Amino acid sequence: MPAAPPPPPPEPLLPEPPLPEPPLLEVDDLHVEFRTPRGTVRAVNGLGYTLHAGQTLALLGESGSGKSVAALAVMGLLPTPPARITRGAVRLHGRDLLQLSDAEHRKVRGTRIAMVFQDALSALNPVLTVGHQLGEMFRVHRGLNRREAQARAVELMDRVRIPAAARRVDDYPHQFSGGMRQRVMIAMALALDPEVVIADEPTTALDVTVQAQIMRLLADLQQETGTGLLLITHDLGVVASVADRITVMYAGRVVEESDAPRLYAAPAHPYTRGLLESVPRLDRPGRRLVPVPGSPPDLAHLPTGCAFHPRCAAARARCAEERPALLPVGAAAGERSSACHFTDEVTARGGRL
Amino acid sequence: MGRFVARRLLHAIPVLLATTFLIYALVFVLPGDPIQGLAGDRPVPPSVLAELHRRYHLDDPLVVQYAKYLGGLFTGDFGTTFRGQPVGDVIAQRWQVTVRLGLTAWFFEVVLGIALGVWAGLNKGRWADNLVLGATTVVIAVPVYIVGYLAQLVLGVRLGWFPVSGGDAGWPAAYVLPGLVLASFGLAYVARLTRASLVENLRADYVRTADAKGLSRRRVVIGHTLRNSLIPVVTFLGVELGSLMAGAIVTEYIFNLPGIGQQVFQSIQLREGPTVVGITTALVLVFVLANLAVDLLYGLLDPRIRHD
Repeated sequence: MPAAPPPPPPEPLLPEPPLPEPPLLEVDDLHVEFRTPRGTVRAVNGLGYTLHAGQTLALLGESGSGKSVAALAVMGLLPTPPARITRGAVRLHGRDLLQLSDAEHRKVRGTRIAMVFQDALSALNPVLTVGHQLGEMFRVHRGLNRREAQARAVELMDRVRIPAAARRVDDYPHQFSGGMRQRVMIAMALALDPEVVIADEPTTALDVTVQAQIMRLLADLQQETGTGLLLITHDLGVVASVADRITVMYAGRVVEESDAPRLYAAPAHPYTRGLLESVPRLDRPGRRLVPVPGSPPDLAHLPTGCAFHPRCAAARARCAEERPALLPVGAAAGERSSACHFTDEVTARGGRL
Repeated sequence: MGRFVARRLLHAIPVLLATTFLIYALVFVLPGDPIQGLAGDRPVPPSVLAELHRRYHLDDPLVVQYAKYLGGLFTGDFGTTFRGQPVGDVIAQRWQVTVRLGLTAWFFEVVLGIALGVWAGLNKGRWADNLVLGATTVVIAVPVYIVGYLAQLVLGVRLGWFPVSGGDAGWPAAYVLPGLVLASFGLAYVARLTRASLVENLRADYVRTADAKGLSRRRVVIGHTLRNSLIPVVTFLGVELGSLMAGAIVTEYIFNLPGIGQQVFQSIQLREGPTVVGITTALVLVFVLANLAVDLLYGLLDPRIRHD
């Protein structure tokens, strides 16, 4: 029996509207879990955020909130096993990186998405010179020879303001100070002008004075190059001056998403408020510091309902039963959202309980 | 760097003095008269006994004997065996067999040991890894003479691939089998050490950085992991170079190779103090130089401990 002819393609009723330009980096409903002997640890549970070119997005959360795991998932650097990405998408200009083969993903790493790690001393190879490690980017991805690559390494070191770069290019990482090492790390990430730079706690291992310098440098370089900067941190003070938008994570999920000034002025989620009240602020002197009670949840046994409810002063019966969705807050819909059943009450009280 | 080498060589002097004295003393306190021992059950005329005792300083107290020996050593005289042959000549003659055997074994440890270790480490938890771990455990657990006789029986007698015994076939034919047997323990150890070190380093932060740079797997492993992983292995291989020369006694015996080990064994039986001490001194020197070489190589591998 002959096969039925394929139906003709439906006539478009209207000319298709031009597709909106996809955002630079879009993480959508990302789920990551780790299979461990003591059970499945759900590190990331439906994380979503959008990063635009030239923007600085801060991903804020305590240790164990899944922020670093999410970053490694974007980079394609999660060790699998034990990690498994069970759901979600990571789209760079609309193209899902999670669908790429290992070889294709490798071509994206370092060239289009680069990463600055937390502790530069352990993140730089101790037995190779700084010049070698920087120049490697140009030799591997751009086919430069050793001498050309070395010259580019010196340029990079100049760009991140390492003094006497030409002399220091043949030094080893242990011969640099902590701040200088982190500058090398940043130089390495910026080597090939990536569109996205992910900085995972870039200043945590540094002295406070050096922290400010490094944040300034990151912000300046981001302005110069127009890259999208994803800044992962647990430190509200670090992001205050540089972040355009802030995404607050708790137990692998977004609890609040906002532009920076409004989040600092009036947090819309009790967890964000807890974070703000636990750090000293120059704009509110003389205030008593209040720590967030309890400790981050066990990711192998997440609480029912809202994962934050056991630590939340405003929690009610509903919080333990029903998980709040991430919903727009106030009039400026789409610009600000919070995942709390009682967001309106929290914001109405100016972030105070 | 030059000062470092000089200091290390100076350190070798007390080491040499202590080891030679210790061994001289140990041979000295062995029971029985060495000259009488040479003659076996036959009586030795008292005049001959006295003359030989005088010639070999056997009646002097230990410290005096040792001092006289040491004095000779400084003029390049390693002493004389009871057969009247200069110990220096004996060492020179026997040495080449042992050096050939030791270097052959060392070569196997370096090449096969590291290769097996890398293979296992890169396939952690898979069958290749289990195979290497299992096989090396067996080799480490079984004494060398069993490995030796087994290799001799299977590869030498049954299959006829290698000469069963003796050094007449020359290098490499006569040395491959004894070399493998001598290397077996160290080879297994090198493989396990390399594997463990590689597995650990593959989890290091800087390897993750190398991955984040978009480098190929090959480049990440060879360029960023292997060199760091070999640091503990090099230490072991350095010490091993010395012990392979000294530890070949059993292997030389099994394969009937006329090397230093056989000579030491005979000399101990004959209570020939000067011969035993002479050979030992040479071995200690090899140890000291091998360790120095390791320390210098260390600096090449790891710039954090470079000696400048």
